[in-house]
Amino acid sequence: MTKSTPPNSFLKNQTPDNDWYKRRIIVMILFVIPGFAFLLLRLFYLQIFEGDNFRRLSDNNCIRLQSIDPPRGLIFDRNGQLLVDNRPSYDLSIMVKDARPLETSLQHLSQYTRIPLEQLQEEIEKYRNQPSFKPVLLKQDIGRDILAAIEVKRFDLPGTLVDVHLRRLYVKSRSAAHVLGYVGEISSNEMKSAKYAEYKRGDLIGKSGVEKSFENYLKGERGGRQIEVNVTGQLVRVLKTVEAVPGNNVFLSIDQGLQKKAEDLLSDATGAVVAMDPMTGSVLAMASSPSYDPNMFVDGFSYDQWETLRKDPSHPLQNKAIQAEYPPASTYKIITAMAGLEEGVIDEKTPLVCTGAYKFGEREYRCWRKGGHGSLSVGRAIAESCDVFFYQVGLRLGVDRLASYAKAAGFGALTGIQLEQESGGLIPTAAWKKRRLGVAWQAGETLSISIGQGYNLVTPLQLASMISSIANGGTRYTPLMVDKIQNASGETIKKFYPEIRGHLSVSPRNLDIIKKGLWEVVNGKSGTGRIAGIEGIEISGKTGTAQVFSRKNDSENESRRVQELKSHAWFVAYAPSADPKIAVSVLVEHGEHGASAAAPIAREMIRAYLTEK
Amino acid sequence: MFDRRLIQNFDWMLLIITMLLAASGLITLYSAARAGLDITQAFYFKQLMWYGAGFLVMIAFFLVSYKRFDQYAYTAYAICIFLLTAVLIAGKVVAGSKRWLVFGPVSLQPSELAKVAVIIVLSRYYSRTASTEGMRLRDLLVPMALIAVPFALIVKQPDLGTAVMILLIAATLTVFIKIEKRAMIAIVSFGTVAIPLGWMLLKGYQKQRILTFLEPDRDPLGAGYHIIQSKIAIGAGMLSGKGFLKGTQNALSFLPEHQTDFIFSVLAEDWGFIGSAAVLFLFLMLIVWGLNIAHGCRDSFGALLSIGIIAMIGWEVFINIGMVMGLMPVVGIPLPFISYGGSAILSMMMCVGILMNISMRKYIIE
Repeated sequence: MTKSTPPNSFLKNQTPDNDWYKRRIIVMILFVIPGFAFLLLRLFYLQIFEGDNFRRLSDNNCIRLQSIDPPRGLIFDRNGQLLVDNRPSYDLSIMVKDARPLETSLQHLSQYTRIPLEQLQEEIEKYRNQPSFKPVLLKQDIGRDILAAIEVKRFDLPGTLVDVHLRRLYVKSRSAAHVLGYVGEISSNEMKSAKYAEYKRGDLIGKSGVEKSFENYLKGERGGRQIEVNVTGQLVRVLKTVEAVPGNNVFLSIDQGLQKKAEDLLSDATGAVVAMDPMTGSVLAMASSPSYDPNMFVDGFSYDQWETLRKDPSHPLQNKAIQAEYPPASTYKIITAMAGLEEGVIDEKTPLVCTGAYKFGEREYRCWRKGGHGSLSVGRAIAESCDVFFYQVGLRLGVDRLASYAKAAGFGALTGIQLEQESGGLIPTAAWKKRRLGVAWQAGETLSISIGQGYNLVTPLQLASMISSIANGGTRYTPLMVDKIQNASGETIKKFYPEIRGHLSVSPRNLDIIKKGLWEVVNGKSGTGRIAGIEGIEISGKTGTAQVFSRKNDSENESRRVQELKSHAWFVAYAPSADPKIAVSVLVEHGEHGASAAAPIAREMIRAYLTEK
Repeated sequence: MFDRRLIQNFDWMLLIITMLLAASGLITLYSAARAGLDITQAFYFKQLMWYGAGFLVMIAFFLVSYKRFDQYAYTAYAICIFLLTAVLIAGKVVAGSKRWLVFGPVSLQPSELAKVAVIIVLSRYYSRTASTEGMRLRDLLVPMALIAVPFALIVKQPDLGTAVMILLIAATLTVFIKIEKRAMIAIVSFGTVAIPLGWMLLKGYQKQRILTFLEPDRDPLGAGYHIIQSKIAIGAGMLSGKGFLKGTQNALSFLPEHQTDFIFSVLAEDWGFIGSAAVLFLFLMLIVWGLNIAHGCRDSFGALLSIGIIAMIGWEVFINIGMVMGLMPVVGIPLPFISYGGSAILSMMMCVGILMNISMRKYIIE
């Protein structure tokens, strides 16, 4: 056999190696046997030596995990005023197997808590099929009175348990509701998303507003306990604990005083107010009216209540400052003027004539002032908001050149604010119309566009951002909703600094011409926004009155729309004119005139901010 | 040409041990599937089918002479590397890691096959280069590269358990190779420098993960809790067990992965010390018998191949059972023949086929 061993073998040819190798196998066996003996010893220890103990633990099924929910981070305004808190909530449940006879226990419970007996029985019926060692939740958030009653009558109520949980409390109720948002149970769709991979059923997550956008900072880290319980489910001892890490506290850029002011000013109207620090982009106030009470989402509400809220034609759940789109109307003349000056189709002195209407093609395009403005240049055209002047500028520019200036001002795109579901608005171009509607652009449409009507759509936040850029010399900042984030021990872990998102395409010289016009709006003899003037503070601004169009395709809603045909009122402003500290954009739905409905609100916002500081 | 001596030398002992292990695996899985309230018992029937396929693979692997494996070692290795790469690109993501390639109803875990491929390719390399004088450091560069590639690909999945297993198999094989003293010193000193250095380079959370892996008690809500439940299940079996299907469902549903990594706890709860010790004994028999095959083999490729296979089975058994009893880190290593998992069954039956192959050809010289 030796003769035909393969040539590559080190076993047969080299006898010493063969012996060496075989010795190693023996050594290996000598290692394996003690290894297995070691496992066997351990098995003996677990099953024979400690067997009784483990059998007992197994029969009672008594090592359990109990999770410890972290307190969610709190939300403050920029001055440290508490806006969103956590409060203790007492949840009543019953361990059915410990509450025998069940009927008597439930009767007692009903008597002490004044919860109808049928309701208690109904809850128990729902959970019939779950294991008997799991408690059945009877009523959430029972309140301190019922809690006291239960504590006193403990002996009559076997198996009754009261758990304490933290619930969200929106301290200011309806105030800033749209900014703060609310929390709710994670939905099955959200569970599927990778973003919520670590969540489990029943967890509360931010559903909108800052609660949603800053979920990762607010949520904290869940902890837990390994506990041993006895046969009746009572805690015997805690084996191990991992403490929960509380969520981080979020400090908004909002000034709660100013926020409240905005909401009071809007209280009777449907609309939105945005106030910003024009030098940083910090949002000082963001109000949307009508509002809702986010505490309803925490306490739970009936289907009817939900339907009422959802179907309300004034959309209380919508944050109109960032989600609602309106024609910018005459506030848009700022852009038309800027484009005209920059493109050289007009200069500061170019006179254009307004006779009260402008004939183009077969149609007459009217000015808001029937008698006309006569011959005027850009400064006065802004101050008096002459439509005919801007029709002519618009025609000289064409839709696409105008659109490029609008886009530089941030229109037609998201502002990038740290809130979800923001709308971007719309700035039409010839190509957009061809693509979207399949029809070529009509020169007549450019006339409507140049005074901010037609397809143009903007959000109140976009206008606030635009007027801020005018105020600060042409820089467009990303609106900041949050100032800083602190951990539970008060150390700042993240600070938000102004972030430049773009620049207006305008030279300092032309910007000054526009600013002068905006100053004239409020301070000039025949300015359209004189009502916004305050003694001692110089304000610049622009009015806007957005016609509510009847679109051809929804003519069947004719009757309903008649009441809704009143124009929307706009006013955008900044102050003090020479050294801007605040920029405001106000929209009042169906307010009719920018000057009468929106300008006073902007004025009061400015007064409140500049005089109370 | 078919040699009658093949039948005369058929390794019945190996077949019997394998069948007994397969049977205890299926019985335990039946219990686990029931206890886990898997209504369809899909696990059990799927495993039965995998065993059916496994037996065919076993037959295929002992019919062809193992000298062929020597010939196709690098091809098999290349295919496995290809599959490991494919799994990183197109693999199915389960619980954050990519381990499975899905082909219609069948999913394959290439890392299971890669272990066998590494054994074959290392056996081939060592059998040709080993010398009486011992291997020099530069002779060891090739095997290091052969190990490093699949190791890196498996770490990337990430599947730390299987990756460590490849290192352990390779290290065990290397015990049977003569290495120059200088090379040995170099390797050991490199290791002693590299390990603390690598540790310093790790980020905080990575260190945390490794510490938890080494000491499950650091994670009382995860691995630590699983180990406690596993120890309760095993201990509760006591001397004679709670009986087939009598393991408490609740305890079992507390066990994570009770059909795969923690299957031994189910077995120990049902069958007690007597049953668990018997299964331990079967594994010991398998290993000693395998080493006996290695001892009797007279060409170095076959000898190293059988040692590699035994090393793989031995380490997996030791680590898995050690883990469920709370002696070892919690790693995702299945218990050979017992745990649920098609790819693992296939590769185990493949290994048994190879062992039979070597065993029955020990008197046949081609």
